Amino acid sequence: MSTLTDPRTALQAPQVDHGPAGTRVGSGTLDPRLMLRSLPDAVRKLDPRVMVKSPVMFVVLIGSVLTTVLAALEPGDWFGWAITGWLWLTTLFANLAEAVAEGRGRAQAETLRRARTDTVARRVTGSGSGFGEERVAGTELRIGDLVVCEAGDTVPGDGDVVEGVASVDESAITGESAPVIRESGGDRSAVTGGTKVLSDRVVIRITTKPGETFIDRMIGLVEGAARQRTPNDIALNILLASLTIVFLLAVVSLQPFAVYAGAEQSMIVLTALLVCLIPTTIGALLSAIGIAGMDRLVQRNVLAMSGRAVEAAGDVSTLLLDKTGTITLGNRQAAAFVPVAGVSEAELAGAARLSSLADETPEGRSIVALADERHGPYGPEARADGAEWIAFTARTRMSGVDLDDRRVRKGAARSVTTWVRSRGGEVPGDAGEIADRIAAAGGTPLLVAVEDAHGTRVLGVVHLKDVVKEGMRERFGELRRMGIRTVMITGDNPLTARAVAEEAGVDDFLAEATPEDKMALIKREQAGGRLVAMTGDGTNDAPALAQADVGVAMNTGTSAAKEAGNMVDLDSDPTKLIEIVRIGKQLLITRGALTTFSIANDVAKYFAIIPAMFAVAYPSLDRLNIMRLASPESAILSAVVFNALIIVVLVPLALKGVRYRPAGADAMLRRNLGLYGLGGLIAPFIGIKLLDLLISLIPGIG
Amino acid sequence: MSPFLAGLLQLLALVAALGLAYRPLGDHMARVYTSTRHLRAERWIYRAIGADPSAEMRWPAYLRAVLAFSFVGVLLLYALQRAQGLLPGSLGFASIDPDQAFNTAASFVTNTNWQSYAGEQAMGHLVQTGGLAVQNFVSAAVGMAVAVALVRGFARTRTGELGNFWTDLVRGTVRVLLPISVAGALALVACGAVQNFSGIHGVGQFLGTTQQWNGGAVASQEAIKELGTNGGGYFNANSAHPFENPTPLSNLFQIFLILLIPTALTRTFGRMTGSLKQGYALLATMAVIWTGFTALMLWTESAHRGAAFEIAGGAMEGKETRFGIAGSALFAVATTLTSTGAVNSFHSSYTGFGGGITMLGMQLGEIAPGGVGSGLYGMLIMAVIAVFIAGLMVGRTPEYLGKKIGIREIKLAACYLLVTPALVLGLTAVAMALPTPRESMANAGPHGFSEILYAYTSAANNNGSAFAGLAADTPWFNTTLGIAMLLGRFLPIVLVLALAGSLAEQRSVPATNGTLSTHKPLFSGVLLATILIVTGLTYFPALALGPLAEGLAS
Repeated sequence: MSTLTDPRTALQAPQVDHGPAGTRVGSGTLDPRLMLRSLPDAVRKLDPRVMVKSPVMFVVLIGSVLTTVLAALEPGDWFGWAITGWLWLTTLFANLAEAVAEGRGRAQAETLRRARTDTVARRVTGSGSGFGEERVAGTELRIGDLVVCEAGDTVPGDGDVVEGVASVDESAITGESAPVIRESGGDRSAVTGGTKVLSDRVVIRITTKPGETFIDRMIGLVEGAARQRTPNDIALNILLASLTIVFLLAVVSLQPFAVYAGAEQSMIVLTALLVCLIPTTIGALLSAIGIAGMDRLVQRNVLAMSGRAVEAAGDVSTLLLDKTGTITLGNRQAAAFVPVAGVSEAELAGAARLSSLADETPEGRSIVALADERHGPYGPEARADGAEWIAFTARTRMSGVDLDDRRVRKGAARSVTTWVRSRGGEVPGDAGEIADRIAAAGGTPLLVAVEDAHGTRVLGVVHLKDVVKEGMRERFGELRRMGIRTVMITGDNPLTARAVAEEAGVDDFLAEATPEDKMALIKREQAGGRLVAMTGDGTNDAPALAQADVGVAMNTGTSAAKEAGNMVDLDSDPTKLIEIVRIGKQLLITRGALTTFSIANDVAKYFAIIPAMFAVAYPSLDRLNIMRLASPESAILSAVVFNALIIVVLVPLALKGVRYRPAGADAMLRRNLGLYGLGGLIAPFIGIKLLDLLISLIPGIG
Repeated sequence: MSPFLAGLLQLLALVAALGLAYRPLGDHMARVYTSTRHLRAERWIYRAIGADPSAEMRWPAYLRAVLAFSFVGVLLLYALQRAQGLLPGSLGFASIDPDQAFNTAASFVTNTNWQSYAGEQAMGHLVQTGGLAVQNFVSAAVGMAVAVALVRGFARTRTGELGNFWTDLVRGTVRVLLPISVAGALALVACGAVQNFSGIHGVGQFLGTTQQWNGGAVASQEAIKELGTNGGGYFNANSAHPFENPTPLSNLFQIFLILLIPTALTRTFGRMTGSLKQGYALLATMAVIWTGFTALMLWTESAHRGAAFEIAGGAMEGKETRFGIAGSALFAVATTLTSTGAVNSFHSSYTGFGGGITMLGMQLGEIAPGGVGSGLYGMLIMAVIAVFIAGLMVGRTPEYLGKKIGIREIKLAACYLLVTPALVLGLTAVAMALPTPRESMANAGPHGFSEILYAYTSAANNNGSAFAGLAADTPWFNTTLGIAMLLGRFLPIVLVLALAGSLAEQRSVPATNGTLSTHKPLFSGVLLATILIVTGLTYFPALALGPLAEGLAS
């Protein structure tokens, strides 16, 4: 058992990286071959019943069909065929974007599916004296069934361990090869179907129906089958649909105006104009952006039960973080040796070290480590052979060691002073002062006393303190710039809590927190209109996880916690909440940026197409041809080709998400407006001009 | 003095006057719409109409009251015109035909004031003063009430209540429009506008013929015509008529009245939502559009192209010499960027670009600064759209003034965006496709097309100005323009009140460092770009075939 790694400590190493590369939410690479492989899927998505879900692209599809018919009626017209071809490509590129996004998820689903091989379950029958076992297929298990798993068995379904303790290999779902402990009772009882029991025997109560297990849901999520549209996604779609209708009106009403002007337009040209004006770029990439956003979470081993939760993550304004394990390393550590007057620090350190040599608690180990670091190395004479170890008990509140020539004690101030006095020793006045000072600073004072030939006396105080993880202060500063307030939750007294809070740089703290306090805090924040995110793993966290807008349950947690939260972190790393917030924001920014880009594109397209359509009837309108495009045909074709190609060009951006650096809203808006607003205004002027130069080189055009 | 210098000086005087009035009037209106006290005169009115002035209304109730009041207004005004011949004070004019009476009733109730009649040849004192002038007040008060309801939607949290329509209507009329109109009318009389109930006079002409003149309560109607962004003139020549607008000073004063309430309402908005800066941001966007349009108009109208222009010092056709290029250009931009539609010169005679500027001003939705009330709510809708797009770019669900712009909000705002383009482009297309409406055009080519495009643009946006030349008093135009005015007024109001209701129900999201700040110049810029690209681009093809084709040719 001692070889097992507790996942909490294994994964709590701070995963902070500075530097520009680290602050960017990373992304999977886009393999060009994936585009090719997704082509059949893209064609399959041309089904109108599928396309109708995206109103913008549905209009393009109708336009493609219409121009095909018109081109077929006049087969000799190369222009009609060229427009038709590029309209179909526009539709296809949109589907390709979605197919590529889904394809990446599918590869992950494949890996998961391998874990879901059909298992045979050993179901417990009867109870008491009639206790027995029967072998049934994993798919026949129902909620409440009890199954037995022994070393080598695959867990047949999700459930809670109700009896025994076992080490479990969860690499199938977490990718983490170190096994974890699962035991009945407490917060580490949940097991996931498809994982493997490595040692011992446990009885598991099944808590999900077959087909709805964690792995099934995970597969559904990454494949996008259970993908729901998120509120912002729907709202954006409504805006895009209304813009499409506006431009449809503008184009449909144009024909009577054109007829009056003596420049009746062909349906092919009108369709081309319409497709160029409606926001096809964002319409084509919208669903890929959503799928890729979920995918980015999955790549970080976070499962979001709904897209809504991912979006809510971007809106979070209050983050509740547990102190222990999230903000601090989890245990108090020796930070300093403070001797009383007349004692050297080395003497105090030596005594403290001696008393801690057999102390296997993290505090004890940290005292030895600090003494070695400051005053080491210690020779063999510092070994305590044949010593009698005095273990810490709740009653004595101190521990120590008895050697032949001396006794050392360390512990709570009151206990140690009582011990010294009972042995006739003196407690110097500054010992109490030092202890109080340390306590006031939020640390824990440990008094060290010795009894030897010189009598019984206090040597000094060991300053134990919570060690804040490296880089946390920077992270909280980053969050503050993003407008997110962090609240530290701890069971410590307010004094200690304040000290840790100040050191870590959190905005607020909740000391001596009970689950009820936590719940009340969440409700209070929400009543003020703030969205709250938190992590949790215990059953008593479940109500708060359910109440929070973003509740990330640790995979090591109980199934109650996992049910209550709307995300599960397979790595059980509470600091990942920060990452989740970033991904949520990046998802929204990508949508907004591409929408802006798409709308800004229209200006250039007007300047390409309107003169091309009407310069014959009103020669003065040729002055609007500021790009000096070669001919009306090549101008219209260039605009249509640009419109199609820009989708392909932006697919990687849609999948990776736009570059995101934590910053205030104003700085972020200025940057994105410059890049995607101004860029969207200028890029098509250049692109269309270049395409026109190319197209006009083709003999017979221009 | 060059037209540019004249324009600049008048512009500065105007900005200074508006700046002086901005604070007191904006704050006064905020008090008017938030006060809990009723004046005695107001109590009498509430008792007379049977309204409970302190009952809070949710949006459907508020909307029902707006629609019922306006419907009754249309009926009364229609009946009054139809019975004119039978009633006293008709100056001997006959009753109005059904289609024209419908058109005029719809026009005045919707704050449009499109006139397919010539005032001095059709409407007597009773209809002018007892019907049209009354609607000049109340239709403006309705617009302000709807705007205030939307502002309350932003300001209030976790309630569906938007205030009381009757209180807002009565207070807007009694405490804002009436007092300023009285002062305005006196000022106009001082400038030389007429105010009497005189009959028709025959005035001898040089060539021996006689011309008929009549007086009337002109100055008082002028004041509310401009103040309430109505625009319906007492006389056919509107503010070009010397009885209505006698001097350059009265001209500048009329422009001041047009812009007064719409600009000050941005302060009222800031006051009521608790952040004056939010109001300034909207005002900044309005001001940039307004000054931009004015500068362009001054440039295109004074640019000397061709011998006739050079002799006249600019495009003087259709403009009064007493106002000149500057006074006319300022007026034309102000009247089309608000829902006024009063004219002191003939937009049809402007240069091609000049005509285009007046059209585009209306097509932007008349939000810079827009009609009384309608300008503010139109701008707020655009702000919602801008916030939605820009808000996503800062990585949060978009919020405006602490309210989330979610599915329902964007649905309502998006529908609002659809209404006027659908009416303008749809009806213009039908008119151009049919043979009969085209017979009303006075010109061929792009200018003829502009006449019809202008008419529907003006009607659907509730402006009321006309591109002279179109013979609009036909059953086709009276009916379709009437429908455009009614739908163009009340569909947006339905959507605005629904939006107000949905906003008022929300709780307020506190602003953080991660919230898009909507009170800074950056946001004013985003709003400007959204307005120009989202609404402006819709009309680009149509404008290209009308004013642009004409303007680029010269």
